[in-house]
Order: sequence, then structure tokens, then C-alpha cells
Amino acid sequence: MKANLLELSGVHTHIGAYHILHGVDLSVPRGKLTMLLGRNGAGKTTTLRTIMGLWRASQGAIAFNGRDITSLATPEIASMNVAYVPESMGIFADLTVQENMLLAARSARNAAQMDEARLKWIFSLFPAVEKFWNHPAGKLSGGQKQMLAVARAIVEPRELLLIDEPSKGLAPAIINNMIDAFAQLKASGVTILLVEQNINFAKRLGDSVAVMDNGVVVHAGSMKELAEDGALQHSLLGLAI
Amino acid sequence: MKTTDAGPLQGGRAPSGGSAGHEVTSVGGFMKDFDWKPMALVPALALLVLPFIGSGSTWVTLTVAGLAMGMIIFVIASGLTLVFGLMDVLNFGHGVFIALGAFVATTVLGSMGDYTSSESLWRNMMAVLPAMIVAMLVAGAVGLAFERFIVRPVYGNHLKQILITMGGMIIGEELIKVIWGPLQIPLPLPQGMRGTILLGDAAVEKYRVIAVVVGLVVFGVLLWVLTHTKIGLLIRAGVQDREMVESLGYRIKVLFIGVFVVGSALAGLGGVMWGLYQQNVIPQMGAQVNVLIFIVLIIGGLGSTTGALIGALLVGLMANYTGFLVPKAALFSNIALMMAILLWRPQGVYALSK
Amino acid sequence: MLTRLLSNDFPRNRILAVVLVGLLLALAFMPFIFPGVKALNVAAKILVFVVLVASFDLLLGYTGIVSFAHTMFFGIGAYGIAIASTRMGPGWPAIATGLAAALALSFVLALLVGLFSLRVRAIFFSMITLAVAAAFQTLASQLSEVTGGEDGLTFKMPEVLSPGYQMSETPFLGVMLDGRLICYYLLFFTALALLLAMLRIVNSPFGRVLQAIRENEFRAEAIGYRVVVYRTTSSILSALFATVAGAMLAIWLRYNGPDTSLSFEIMLDVLLIVVIGGMGTIYGAAIGSGVFVIAQSYLQDLLRLGSDTASGLPWLSALLSPDRWLLWLGLLFVLSVYYFPTGVVGRLRAMRQRA
Repeated sequence: MKANLLELSGVHTHIGAYHILHGVDLSVPRGKLTMLLGRNGAGKTTTLRTIMGLWRASQGAIAFNGRDITSLATPEIASMNVAYVPESMGIFADLTVQENMLLAARSARNAAQMDEARLKWIFSLFPAVEKFWNHPAGKLSGGQKQMLAVARAIVEPRELLLIDEPSKGLAPAIINNMIDAFAQLKASGVTILLVEQNINFAKRLGDSVAVMDNGVVVHAGSMKELAEDGALQHSLLGLAI
Repeated sequence: MKTTDAGPLQGGRAPSGGSAGHEVTSVGGFMKDFDWKPMALVPALALLVLPFIGSGSTWVTLTVAGLAMGMIIFVIASGLTLVFGLMDVLNFGHGVFIALGAFVATTVLGSMGDYTSSESLWRNMMAVLPAMIVAMLVAGAVGLAFERFIVRPVYGNHLKQILITMGGMIIGEELIKVIWGPLQIPLPLPQGMRGTILLGDAAVEKYRVIAVVVGLVVFGVLLWVLTHTKIGLLIRAGVQDREMVESLGYRIKVLFIGVFVVGSALAGLGGVMWGLYQQNVIPQMGAQVNVLIFIVLIIGGLGSTTGALIGALLVGLMANYTGFLVPKAALFSNIALMMAILLWRPQGVYALSK
Repeated sequence: MLTRLLSNDFPRNRILAVVLVGLLLALAFMPFIFPGVKALNVAAKILVFVVLVASFDLLLGYTGIVSFAHTMFFGIGAYGIAIASTRMGPGWPAIATGLAAALALSFVLALLVGLFSLRVRAIFFSMITLAVAAAFQTLASQLSEVTGGEDGLTFKMPEVLSPGYQMSETPFLGVMLDGRLICYYLLFFTALALLLAMLRIVNSPFGRVLQAIRENEFRAEAIGYRVVVYRTTSSILSALFATVAGAMLAIWLRYNGPDTSLSFEIMLDVLLIVVIGGMGTIYGAAIGSGVFVIAQSYLQDLLRLGSDTASGLPWLSALLSPDRWLLWLGLLFVLSVYYFPTGVVGRLRAMRQRA
């Protein structure tokens, strides 16, 4: 078993006429939480979408669990137990919270077949999901939607979670709640690649970190190191925030 | 991976309970949000014309006829609206499947004279059901080919879709002429389905009751699949956000092909029902019914199944009421209805929130 | 001079230029090249179709929206002339009144349909026009007191345009200078003028905006163009030109009925011609109409030949039956949309660019 669950080497991505990623090298260590930092437009979201196969890499390779997934279609990548929470959260507003969860539980054909013990655990992480179980997801508040989005991603055991800016637009109290939940998730052994702009969020959760700018990774190392090295932080801060 | 032993959230912090109150309404509030107004349109229209028609028994006859026509149109339109909702593809060639189903039925029923000439409704059914099934199979199979060769190359391009599917319609109609000839073919109702039954003073044609029942069955099955199965869940989710459905690990293209085939098969079934309703079929019938279907979809809101039902019933009732009151304005009254609905809701009664 | 006439929009391909000039000369001297009623009828039909198809191209090719109500406006023009000439008696006042009333009705209808449907989505426009056109056709055949119903209306034209009128006793170049000839040239110069006018429109700043909207609706809206206004204007213009084409048809045939000007088959013909000729080129409409109207008779003859040859194989014979020529045209149409969406004209122009 390799130490890195996910490995990107020299990944380029074009969207229409625009060249967004210019050779991204990124390693995501197994069982750890990796923070992907960088300013707006650095290519963080594009990196996640390229991993997920929603945009095609025009060059370079993406390996998951040692297997090349560069040219696989999105559903196949997802079937390898990769879950993706987009920045928009991708909540199905017209479906109920329960239906949103059921949809993500690929092995369950109806609500009764969902793993009850696991649901209980998820409810403990995100009580709002249980509270509004039979409500249309569109009626939830922004923070509740974000919790549902993460809850949906882990409704079944997944190996890798790709999460795009979960703290965006949330009140500090909810962010704290979210941080606690991610800490629990980390403890459960899942590997997480988390895009963030909020450095404090990153400091509290990250094991390792990668900083992107202009479509490449400009710094990679441990989060602790970055958190303690004021000079390095300073030089990257302009990029990271 | 260990999951089950994870305990409850440390500290038991209340999950933003304060903010939840005003944003998430109670179940009662949800019912209040339910958009019932379009639903009320159908009975409202029926009651509104009652004084103009005068005679109650005539009104019952016309209303049943309108509902029958509406249910047939709904069967045809349901597939088209699902295809549009799921894949943003508007198939102008949908009419081909209607004509195809009807012509297949002439062949099947024509070969089962023993059963169709019987007075027994059950023996009639033994002929009509196979005709419906064969028509659905043929229309579905042709739909599969239509999706592959006509529609698939032009996903995401509305202009080309309109042109290509219209071209597909021309080709399909000509091929029907090659196989069955260009002329009108009679499609007589089986003996046992002819005639009327008396509902009080009102004479109601038997076949219209049958059409309503078949339509209700189709609607019921569709509704059940959409709300109670995983496939239905996937379709409803796919209508809202295709990309997310793929990110959750489902191949939406397979789902779409399935919906397209089912939609074509339903059009074939609707074609059989329409042909029996008119008691004859012509190759151009697809194009003619297409006009009604489009009015239905515009009224109902592109992509909405419930909207299609409401639109179909309104169109069916309107056609029959005006057919009785001002026969010359039959089709025009539906255009007027459509315009009125668009003034009220420019995207149709149930607009899709994308 | 030529630059101004063509609004600086040259054919830009030698073959294309030769074909266009050839078509122009052939139509200009038709009565003298092929004297005969049939040939003149075909030529007049081409003239009417050139205007009708080009006006459709204004909408489809330059604005990127599909209308199925184009024959409705065509029919309005034809019925305008027909009804006015029947009610007011033959004469120029009848033609003027009929045309003016038809143009006014087309304007109002096009505006209404545009406002109702283009506000929402372009695809709504296609569906609504399809429904409205069908309803209009039914209405036209129902209102038999006014429109003559299914039978249509037969009427007379002013003296100068009727076959009985003789300009001089002596034939010119072997052709009698009668009212038919004058009528033909009235159509010819009208068609030419309208075609040049449309060329002017699509090459004006207005036409450029339409094309920008066609390429990227959102960007055009973002730059500040009111997409709805431009699309509606374009659909009104297109409707008005189609109305005039309908009037030309009625003047030539001295008859009009629902099948002559309102039928869905004509709509499909127009669609086929624009796509095969070349969307967004105007010239494609001219060439397409010429080829189509001629092919309508010749391709059918060819198919008859094939059908007779294949009489041993009944199904092949059925496929090649001249009545099924729309089948082959439909296939050609589908293939055009896939493989050369810019049609014959676009193809020819692309050849020059590569060379």
C-alpha cells in the first residue's frame, strides 16, 4: 500500500480557451487531512474538478490508490469511493434531506436499507440532518445545507473526500461546529483533501498543506511546519488569503 | 474503516438551532408552500363552462370526452417532458413514435380479427393489450436508435436539436409511408369497446372511460416510479443537477437512454390510444398531435410531469368544450389558453427550478 | 457601386459567384431563354422562394432561432392580396390595401409571439410558433366566408398584369410582350430589391449584433444589448419579408388557398432549403431555392427511373418512389446539419479559405 492515496503529477487543465492548471504536482497522504490553500483563481476548484473527472486533464497523470484515473469518467471515479462536495454544495433542493442522503448511498435501494448505525453517527456529527430529515433540502439554511452536503458525502464509507470551501459564507459558530465534525471524520480514518481560504480553519485541521498560485502548487509540506514558520507564512500569506 | 464506534459529537453543541427556526418551516408550512393553484385550474375550467353548456348531461359527456383526450395526450407528453427535464433535449420528432405506435396497432389488431370482433370486452382486451405492448416495444426500440443516431450527437445545442429532430421526424414519417402506404388506414374499435354507457342522463362512450383508466394507470405508475424508487429519485435529481448525480457515482447517460426509450414507448402507447380514439390513422398524425403536445408542455412547464398532466387535461377539456360551443375555434381556443397561462406564469404552471 | 449594392458582402468564392451570376442571368432572361408557361412558372416560384427562404435565413441563420410560423406570415401576405382583390375588385388599390393590411397583421402577430416566447427561452419560440401556425392554418380553412375555406380564392389582377394584356402587337425576340411578362418582371425586380435589402440588414450594425447574440447570448446581454428586443425585431423583420413573398405568390398565381401558402410542407421545404443552402449567408437561400425548385421536378424523375429499375425488389422500389423524395431530402438535411452546418455556401467559402 502506497503512503499517498492520491497523486497528481504535472496536471494541466484547459477550460475552453483558458489554460487554468499549469502542471499541478500534489500528493495526498493516506488517512490524513490535506489542506489546499490559495487565493481566488489559483486553480483549487479546478484541481478538485479535474480529480473528479468533471474537467479533463489535457496533460499529466492522476493516480488514485496506485491506479491511473486520469481518463476515467466521473461516475467511475466516484464508484472508487471518492466523494466530492462542490463549492455550490450540489444539494438537490426539491428532494428531501432523506432523499438526498439515499441518493448518495449507492448500495441502498430505499431508505430502510441505509446503514442505521452509520446514520446515527452522522446525525451525531450533524444534528440538523436528523432534525430536518423529511424536509425539502431547499428549505435548509446555508450552514445546514453545507452540513447536509458533507453528511451526504460520508453516508457510506468513502476512501477520499474532496471538499471545496466548506466554511464559505458560514457564521463563526457554525464553522466551529464544522471543524469539530471534520476532526471526528479525520479520526475515523478517511482521507480528506480540503480546499480552504480560511487560514485559521486550515491551521486547526490540516495535517499537510499545499499552496497553489497561478495554476501550480507553489508550496507543499506539513501544516504544523507552516503554522509555526512565521516567515514562510508571511511569504505565502498573500497567496493563501 | 471504523465508523460505527464513533461517538456523538463532543460537547453536544446545539447545531445552530437558533437560525433554523425562521428558515425551515414546519410541515404545515411546507403544505402551505405547496403550489395548489395550477391543480385548481382543471376543475375551475370544467365548472366555468357549465353555465354556457346548459345541459348537465351534455356537460358530463363533454367532460369525460375531454378527460379521455387529456389522459391520452398526457401519456404521449409525459415522455417528452421527462426527456427535456433530464437532458435539456426537446425532441421535435416525438410525433414519429405516436404515428409508429398507431400503425403498429393497425397491423396487430388487423391480424386478430377473432378477438376484436368479439362482443366480450375481455376478449377485446386480449387483442388491444398485445397491440399496445407491441407498439410500445417497437416505438421503444426505434427510440433507442433515434437517441443514438439523431439526438446524441447534438446534446447541448438547441438549434441543432430542433433541426435534427425535425429532420428525424420527416424521415420517420416517410418511412411509415414506405411501410404502410401514404393513405389513411381505419383503426376500428373492437366490438366490445364501442357504444355508450349511461351515467344518469349522460351518455358516455365506453372507450373514453377505458382511455381515462389507462391514462390514470400510466400516471399512477409514473408517479410511483418517480417517488418510490431509486430510479425515480435519480431522475428527479438528474432534472435538477446532472453533474452532481454523476459525482455521486451514477452514469446519467444510461439513465437518460432509458428515459428516452420509455418516453418513446409511452408515445407509442399514446399513439395506439389516439388512433383508437380517432378510429383511423394517417402518417401525418404525429405532426398533428405534436402541436397539442407542445401546447401542453408550454402550459405545464417544460420538464414537469405534474405540469404535463394539468396541461393535458386543460387542453383535452378545452378542445371538447369549444368543439361543442364554437366548433370553428377548437384549436384556437387552446392557443388562447396557452397565451393566458403564459401571461400568468411565463414559464408554464410548474417551472423547473434549475 | 457593386460593393454598396451587395453591402460589401461578396460571395467570396469563385464557384459561388459564377453560380449566383448564372442564376441571376437565367432568372432575368428566363422568358427569352425558355419561352413557355411551365418554365416561367418554375422561374416565378424560384423568385418567391428566394425571398421567403432568405427571410427565414434572417431569423434562423443570423439570429439562431427557429420559427415554424414562417409560412403563416407567407400565407398572410398571400391572403391579403387574395381577400383584397376579391372584395375590392382587381386593381392596384386592392394590391396596396391587401399588402398593407397583411403587413400590419404580420407585424402585430410577430410582435405578440416574440413578446410571449422570446422573453423566456429561444426554444419556447419554436414550440409556440409551431402551435400558432397550426392554429392559424385551421382558422384560415374554417373562416370560409372570408378565405374561401379549403377551396381558396381565385381572383383577377390589374389589367397590366393579366395575361390578356398586350403591350405591343409585334413579338420582341420571339416573345409576346404580354401582362404575364410584366408580372414576371415585377416579381423579378421585387425579389432582387428585397434580397439586396436583406443583405443590407444582415451586414448593418444591427445584423452584427444579431450574430453576436447567436454566438453567445449571455455575453451579448452582458455587453448591454437587450437580447429580447433584438430577437423580436429580427423576427418581425423576417415576418414582414415573408409577407411580401406571400403577396408575390398570390399576384403570380391569381389564386390562394391553405395548401398553397400555409401548409406545413412549405415550412419544411423552407427549413430544408436554408440548411442545405447555407444558414446565415442569404446567398444560400438564393442558390438553395433555385436548386430545390428545379430538383423538385428532376430529382423526382430520377427517383422514378430508379424505382422502375428496382421494380424487382418491392421494398427498394418503394423507397425510391418519387413520392418519397422527401425521405432522401430529409436524410440529406440531417447529414447537412451534422457534417456541413454552414451548407453549400459555407462549404464553398471554406474551400477558398483553405486554398
